[in-house]
Amino acid sequence: MSDTPASEKTMALQDKPHPPKSGHAGFLKNNLRDYGMMISLFAIMIFFEIVTNGTLLRPLNLTNLVLQNSYIVIMALGMLLVIVTGHIDLSVGSVAGFIGAVAAVLIVKFGVHYIPAALICLALGALIGAAQGYWVAYFKIPSFIVTLAGMLVFKGLALAILAGQSVGPFPVEFQKLSSGFIPELIPDVTTLYPTSLAIGALLALVLVWQNVRNRARQESHGIETEPYGFFIGKNLLLLAVIIYFAYLIASHRGLPNVLVIITALVALYAFVTTRTTIGRQIYAVGGNEKAAKLSGIKTERLTFLTFVNMGVLAALAGLVFAARLNTATPKAGLGFELDVIAACFIGGASAYGGVGRVGGAVIGALIMGVMNNGMSILGIGIDYQQVIKGLVLLGAVCLDVYNQRRS
Amino acid sequence: MNALLEMQGISKHFTGVKALSDVSFTVAPGEIHALVGENGAGKSTLMKVLSGVYPHGSYDGAIVFDGEERRFRDIIDSEALGIIIIHQELALVPLMSIAENIFIANPPGRFGIIDRGAVHRRTQELLAKVGLNESPDTLITNIGVGKQQLVEIAKALSKKVRLLILDEPTASLSEKDSQALLDLLLEFKAQGIASILISHKLNEVSRVADRITVLRDGRTVDTLDCSDGAVEEDRIIRRMVDRDLEHRYPKREPKIGETIFRVSDWSAYHPLHTDRQMIRNVDFEVKRGEIVGIAGLMGAGRTEFAMSVFGRSYGQKITGRVEIEGREADVSTVRRAIDAGLAYVTEDRKHLGLLLAEDIRKNISLANLDRIAPGRVIDDVQELKVASDYRSRMRIRCHSVYQETGKLSGGNQQKVVLSKWLFTDPKVLILDEPTRGIDVGAKYEIYCIINELADSGRGVVVISSEMPELLGICDRICVMNEGAFVGEFPAAEATQEKIMRAIMRKGEARP
Repeated sequence: MSDTPASEKTMALQDKPHPPKSGHAGFLKNNLRDYGMMISLFAIMIFFEIVTNGTLLRPLNLTNLVLQNSYIVIMALGMLLVIVTGHIDLSVGSVAGFIGAVAAVLIVKFGVHYIPAALICLALGALIGAAQGYWVAYFKIPSFIVTLAGMLVFKGLALAILAGQSVGPFPVEFQKLSSGFIPELIPDVTTLYPTSLAIGALLALVLVWQNVRNRARQESHGIETEPYGFFIGKNLLLLAVIIYFAYLIASHRGLPNVLVIITALVALYAFVTTRTTIGRQIYAVGGNEKAAKLSGIKTERLTFLTFVNMGVLAALAGLVFAARLNTATPKAGLGFELDVIAACFIGGASAYGGVGRVGGAVIGALIMGVMNNGMSILGIGIDYQQVIKGLVLLGAVCLDVYNQRRS
Repeated sequence: MNALLEMQGISKHFTGVKALSDVSFTVAPGEIHALVGENGAGKSTLMKVLSGVYPHGSYDGAIVFDGEERRFRDIIDSEALGIIIIHQELALVPLMSIAENIFIANPPGRFGIIDRGAVHRRTQELLAKVGLNESPDTLITNIGVGKQQLVEIAKALSKKVRLLILDEPTASLSEKDSQALLDLLLEFKAQGIASILISHKLNEVSRVADRITVLRDGRTVDTLDCSDGAVEEDRIIRRMVDRDLEHRYPKREPKIGETIFRVSDWSAYHPLHTDRQMIRNVDFEVKRGEIVGIAGLMGAGRTEFAMSVFGRSYGQKITGRVEIEGREADVSTVRRAIDAGLAYVTEDRKHLGLLLAEDIRKNISLANLDRIAPGRVIDDVQELKVASDYRSRMRIRCHSVYQETGKLSGGNQQKVVLSKWLFTDPKVLILDEPTRGIDVGAKYEIYCIINELADSGRGVVVISSEMPELLGICDRICVMNEGAFVGEFPAAEATQEKIMRAIMRKGEARP
């Protein structure tokens, strides 16, 4: 507050909202919303690690965890943008299932090479997104209705083109999309994969270095930063956690290909949402569409594009899922949309639009994934798993609303 | 005489603004008591305190009704005593019938099953009382605003009303409907129902009111008794605006140059009703360094005119020509209008101007992101610099530019909106009600900013419903009515009376 002009001090300030608290406790309290989800994820992981007697974080299980949730994370990235613009997409599960079926028919039945087939599928996903986005953005038909229709249409189409049968198996190269691992550069290793560990360590260092650089830049421009001790602690923890997970992953079979895809996508979407004009404009559309429009933002086009983007990501998820099962079944994708939407809301996105972060959606997806996995290990039936997941979703959103109301 | 209602020493704060300070107000049984004052004087706030919209505890002071102190927790508490408020924005459900609306909260019936015969019968009785000749089954959306107002009153009567509060009931009514409504108030008075009438129309007030209380800047200035002959309107106005006018508006020596903004033969039609022409072949121009005011009543077409020019944000079938700095400008979309050098600061900054959940920084850069985002990647240091720069230039009071705009006071919010538009470096700014809902101190600052804008060689258009404001800051005032300009005065010659007369003689004067 050293730059406060003198005139300001004479103003009546008794109603001034929330002067920034100093000190670690105060900082944590003010930023509870940002860190709360991360803390919850850790708490849930530690809880299951203990009650499953260490099974959760076994290298094999951790790798499985990644593979099992990859398609949810991929779709959560698209869903986050859709939710931020104030809409919803209920069709993603059906679309993913439909695209998996198209891929199977193209590759298995017609013998199309898997690369052009995959590209055709992604393009088809874009087209589906465009078809739905068109009605939502330009005709102002509620997205709930348009995508509910889409959900039925694509579920039916998947059934139709598969003729009710499972189609498979896929060529080995295609399966690698989700069950493959990156090649090991150092020959003849069996217990630990050094390349994967090195990539993990490098990623951790890059992230920390970026944080340090950001902080230095912010400080040089007099922006308030988090307390120094907190910053150091946070980054050490980040470093330790990523390297530890890299170590676990590296001691099974190395980095799964799909984890590489996810990491790249998360980085890309985090960058687009926080640093680019299009990201900023998407948040503006969700925050106040009319104000955004009167500020020269093409609100319809942006809404349309978020649906196209969602379609592409749903298609990608459909390919990953089909590759993982090594077959396309009429039931593929059933109920995915619920997990994806839940991931976004657990991750702090607002149902009213304008609020939500990529990191939050990913953490939300991981919370759901860890709970699925942990409860399966514990032998809790699918019945009570759903009950518990539902309550967690409600609880997370209630907590978020409570936190917001308090501030 | 025992008062029906006594409000004693009421004070109410909002973030950064004192809306009411130590207001006292009494209503006698069967009295029509008018409450007048400028926009923002605190009339609506006072009525919200009375009706429990602001519950006991959120204000200081006491409310005594029927000789007992009352502590309303919500509007249900006050309605139970027969204090019924009819808001300026009518609260009727458009796709329900008149009868359903009247008995929306407590329909007659037993065990939750509505007695439709009773609803129909009682609605007919109530409609007869308010003189509305419509079937109880008519949908609200199919009747005009004047009749809707009567339905609201019938709804109030269904609740055993003892004190009826009308917030600007005639603002959107025609002359004839207004007269009928006022006659109705007089009839209620004869039946012993007291009314509080909030109105800007002084001729109406002096016709029906027994007493007139004048509020100014959140204080009671005076209560005038009308029983000994009608009170002169001038006297009311003087009490309403009685401020040191010298110091309300900053002084300025206008340096007016060549025409910078010209709109010719501009027409626009209603967005839903294709045959309703809202803007009628208007010609308008602004010179460099000039502040032009547009005066007019609500619904005169001022906002519609401005928004239709600004990227066709209002209306359809828009025709006409816009020139900026002598060249024809493409204003067919908001983006193109901005790029052509036009900026429009909305009258409704909460709904149309700001991202309330976002911080000051992001709001300021919103309309010109490209300038801080080379290659579409936002340079956040540059963005911060821009925000900090406007924060100090506009004297935006906040603890940092990372503060949410939703938590700022009205004046500071308006400065954020102005900053956003200045950052687009416009040649012409249209400011729609730039000081609405802003306290007096901040108004002065906004006027200073407007003056600076004009002095920096821009053209400024100010749309305002506050005539003193237009007279105080403009170089020229144009008067609009029913979608056309009906008069124009240089500031030196303009007076409130002249403007009002230009509005009133609409029918005969239009060429």
